[in-house]
Amino acid sequence: MTEFTPFVRTDMLEQREPPAGQRGIILWARENLFSGPMNTALSLIGLVVILWLASHMVPWLLHGVWNANSLTECREIITATWGPDATGACWAMVRERWHQYVFGFYPMDLYWRPTLAFVLMLVAIAPILYQSLPRQMMWFTALYPFVCYWLLWGGTIWAPVVVLMGFGLFALVFRLLVSGLGVPVSAGLGLVAAAAWWLLVQTPLSAAIHSVLPVGLRSVDSDQFGGFLLSIVIGVTAIAASLPMGILLALGRKSDMMLVRTLSVGFIEFIRGVPLITLLFTASLLLQYFLPPETNFDIILRVIILVTLFAAAYIAEVIRGGLAALPRGQYEAADALGLDYWQAQRLIIMPQALKISIPGIVSSFIGLFKDTTLVAFVGLQDPLKGITAVVRADINWKGIYWEPYIFAGVIFFLICFGMSRYSMWLERKLKTDHR
Amino acid sequence: MKKSVFLGTLSAAALFAGIAGAGTLEDVKARGVLNCGVNVGLTGFGAPDANGNYQGFDVSLCKALAAAVLGDATKVKYAPTTGETRFTALASGEVDVLIRNSTWTFSRDVDLKFDFVAVNYYDGQGFMVKKDLGVSSAKELDGATVCIQTGTTTELNLADFFKANNMSYTPVNVGDDTEAQRQYLAGACDAYTTDASGLAASRATMPDADNHIILPEIISKEPLGPLVRHGDNVWGDVVRWTYFALVAAEEYGVTSANIEEMASTTTNPEIKRLLGTEGDLGAMLGLDKEWGKRAIAASGNYGEIFEANIGSATPIKLARGLNALWTQGGLQYAPPFR
Amino acid sequence: MAFVQDTPKDSFRLGMLIYDTRYRSITIQVIVLVLFLAFLSWLVNNTIENLAAKDRTFDFGFLWSRAGYDINQTLIPYTNDSTHMRAAMVGLLNTLLSAFVGCIIATFLGVFIGVLRLSKNWLVSRLMTVYVEVFRNVPVLLWILLASTVLSETTPAPSDFRVTEAMQAAGEQPKAHMLFNGSVAITNRSMNLPAPLVEHGLPRLEFLGLSLNSNVLAFLIVFGASIYANHLLRSNARRVQEQTGRRPVTWWKSLAILLIPSAALLFALGFHLDYPVMTKFNFRGGMELLHSFTALTLALALYTAAFIAEIVRAGIMAISRGQHEAAAALGLRPGRTMSLVILPQALRVIIPPLISQYLNLTKNTSLAIAVSYMDLRGTLGGITLNQTGKELECMLLMMAIYLTISLLISSLMNLFNRAVKLKER
Repeated sequence: MTEFTPFVRTDMLEQREPPAGQRGIILWARENLFSGPMNTALSLIGLVVILWLASHMVPWLLHGVWNANSLTECREIITATWGPDATGACWAMVRERWHQYVFGFYPMDLYWRPTLAFVLMLVAIAPILYQSLPRQMMWFTALYPFVCYWLLWGGTIWAPVVVLMGFGLFALVFRLLVSGLGVPVSAGLGLVAAAAWWLLVQTPLSAAIHSVLPVGLRSVDSDQFGGFLLSIVIGVTAIAASLPMGILLALGRKSDMMLVRTLSVGFIEFIRGVPLITLLFTASLLLQYFLPPETNFDIILRVIILVTLFAAAYIAEVIRGGLAALPRGQYEAADALGLDYWQAQRLIIMPQALKISIPGIVSSFIGLFKDTTLVAFVGLQDPLKGITAVVRADINWKGIYWEPYIFAGVIFFLICFGMSRYSMWLERKLKTDHR
Repeated sequence: MKKSVFLGTLSAAALFAGIAGAGTLEDVKARGVLNCGVNVGLTGFGAPDANGNYQGFDVSLCKALAAAVLGDATKVKYAPTTGETRFTALASGEVDVLIRNSTWTFSRDVDLKFDFVAVNYYDGQGFMVKKDLGVSSAKELDGATVCIQTGTTTELNLADFFKANNMSYTPVNVGDDTEAQRQYLAGACDAYTTDASGLAASRATMPDADNHIILPEIISKEPLGPLVRHGDNVWGDVVRWTYFALVAAEEYGVTSANIEEMASTTTNPEIKRLLGTEGDLGAMLGLDKEWGKRAIAASGNYGEIFEANIGSATPIKLARGLNALWTQGGLQYAPPFR
Repeated sequence: MAFVQDTPKDSFRLGMLIYDTRYRSITIQVIVLVLFLAFLSWLVNNTIENLAAKDRTFDFGFLWSRAGYDINQTLIPYTNDSTHMRAAMVGLLNTLLSAFVGCIIATFLGVFIGVLRLSKNWLVSRLMTVYVEVFRNVPVLLWILLASTVLSETTPAPSDFRVTEAMQAAGEQPKAHMLFNGSVAITNRSMNLPAPLVEHGLPRLEFLGLSLNSNVLAFLIVFGASIYANHLLRSNARRVQEQTGRRPVTWWKSLAILLIPSAALLFALGFHLDYPVMTKFNFRGGMELLHSFTALTLALALYTAAFIAEIVRAGIMAISRGQHEAAAALGLRPGRTMSLVILPQALRVIIPPLISQYLNLTKNTSLAIAVSYMDLRGTLGGITLNQTGKELECMLLMMAIYLTISLLISSLMNLFNRAVKLKER
């Protein structure tokens, strides 16, 4: 018999390091990059693509020249510094012409006006984007379009003020009549009153006040707008103006009234069925046939109107999605409370449906903002093609291809990417609210 | 929500403000600004500089017209028009007059209902090729790729020329001059065709102008001139005679430099009538007496405008050729002022 | 929205038109109808007045007059003696070609990227995320312009391919060479590929005013018949398998059925490839793919692929984890899990938004204007409009055509969607 010597370990062994292949970056790489033949191949292809792109772009970006007066000078500097075969970006063009990309031909001494309008715009949309801000800020949002118009186009301050008074008149008529006549009729009458005010009183009144109390800014013609200023003006105006239209169209599409429904569907499908560019050509070529003879107004305004109609059809579909996502119980609950159609929409349906639709609205806006580049085809100076053509027509910058596209592209990317991140953040936030 | 209604009002206001009066002349006077349709960018003829100010041969006629009608050569609003939008802009009243290298053709005059009031530049369609292509005549272009600016008479002339010479080609239809030049310079086409003056203007701005040649063949007649809407004869007369005043001024040696002196010292009754010191031709046009004098003073007579913008002293270096005065073997001829 | 309706009142009063919910909707509809008709007649009236003021007429007669201009890419026979109508047809076919090819490329690329974005491979999924974000957040116009610039700036000019006698004497090589043993040439204008040609072809068929290439037709018929025969063969094999449990070997029969008749037909027709040859200015012969077409189609495909990738990703993520686990439990490899289990289910989620991407791509082909590709807008809405000055007719016709295409695509796709939809009881 053998004696067993009992052995009890009293102190634990130190944990050993995993083998070299099983830890740290190597483990990570094995799990994430080389977990099988397929993945290895993919990773290698990915690496090759990255290296190829980097080998072509990095020297070009690094050799960029910021101080030069023409493309030839740029090339000379690059050759002198980096050798005869070196290629490099000529950012000097951006340095010299950035203001045209941002403001177009807007008078240089007035650049503070669009800048201020832009900053105020951020303030105005903040309460819409972030629910936590005080609701009183909405009053500024409501006033903002008038401030913005006055800042950008200039002229007498009384014109927007008198237009605003028209809205006051509308609200007054609506308030007085709504209890007796119902929403559609009183809104219609209010609109008639306001239209009469704008058509008959507007011009003489603002001129009269202006002659007594001249307060105004130097007026700027809209043909001097260009670059991102133009894109933002068209994009923001169209999306803001298309929201109410889109809501009405979405309601029309869900309406019980056959005629209203048919008209809404017809409008939405027509607009969604044709390319934006044909609508822009309509603005520039056909509107003259459809309006009374001898009428004529600004191409930018015409473009904004057509782009608004375009956006409205898309927004209508987004909001229809929001309406469809609401459980039926909400409608029934509204009915049960004895609310009429407009009360139910205003108090129960729309607040929820709009909230659900905000991500969709933001992505429509991103799409619309990108599409504003198409206005170049009707002769407006968009940042991508219009201003670039102007820059390239200059003998100093003839033959510059990549830099303007990259510059405008990067700005578009930053704006659109930022907005899409916002919309994703919002989506996540709203999701927790609902489930 | 408020913005849409607001814009609606704006447009409504613009609608009512825009309803025009009887004729273009009254409109322009009432407005105080001449709306002139010009090229978006053709060096020498009409192109904005870095500050957005328009310069050029066609633009000078706009200035002369504004000076004659409004008394101030700066009261012009230049509406850049593309080959595609120009006639619509004129027909819709967006511009009062179109001075944008537009060829006078039968169908434009008769079918599109415009009036070409004069020919300020006699042109013809030509070809530009790179020197190292080794081509010296357009007849050697069989099988070539040709860049064409669309929205012009050029594509029809080109089709006819190649057909008549039993040759084939590949057209590349490009929207505007800048883009056509880019494609041509990048080698996307062998030849670039447009009006010979436009070719010279394009060539002048190329960094390596000497490597490009303009072929000798001129394959079409392109009388370029200002045009107005059909049926507005009063306004048509104003544009026509403003232009003739510039031509006559060159003929009689009236320049922007000596105009004041001429007006006071000349004994030639024709010059006196032109400058408004005798007779009252202006009143017949619905203008004042000194309209002609102001038109000439704005940027000089026809010869001065030509030399300053596209003549031999400029990078474009166009010869007068057909555009010399009739007294020097050209076609520019002003009817008598009486 | 259903409203609780009031109980019928005794008699009808005028006020009930406004106050009674039963009549109010009728009142509103009548008002809307009147307003709509008034608006419509206002538009028509303005148009008539404007046309009269400009002394123009509204007729489509110009479509049958001689066009007089040339087009660089024609899928059907066209010369400058053809009519404007024919030119519009050429443009329409070019639009459809670009849209069709673009949709196919975008779908493949989009599915590929969408699947890879969910890959466990860190590098690949990040790369795909970058691709999607970069392409989605920049205007498509930029991609089109960029594609066209890349194609024309990085490729050699046709003259670089030329070998002159002086060069031969000096033993010099031309600056650029054709690819694939002298069959493909990529210049800064176009891609020149070998073209299929037949030596003794059949005569063209005239059918309902259309001129059909009977060689292609014959090939399609023969090939279609082969596919049908192959289908019969395979279903027979499946039946045998179901009855006996043994599947007869069919692959060599399939191959023979598919290949031999077509090959025989091609041989009988004298099929051969026509290679592009450098002439004085350009490559001639073969098939020419213009860079304007390639740039437009490729840029639209790359752009749309980013959106499709997101749709595919969302579709795959919508499939519950259980499906993955069940497939894994059955022993399916990841690739087969994807193709047999996940994608077929995800398809139902994917198809509706995919349709709208196809529609967007088709509508975006109108950006051909940026690269001078002669699509419908370039012919009918471009040169024809300029030459004839018929803005109203051309634009209306163009809109009507685009609208028809869009409605056709969405209704076809909706039919397809209905076919793959989950059949619920």
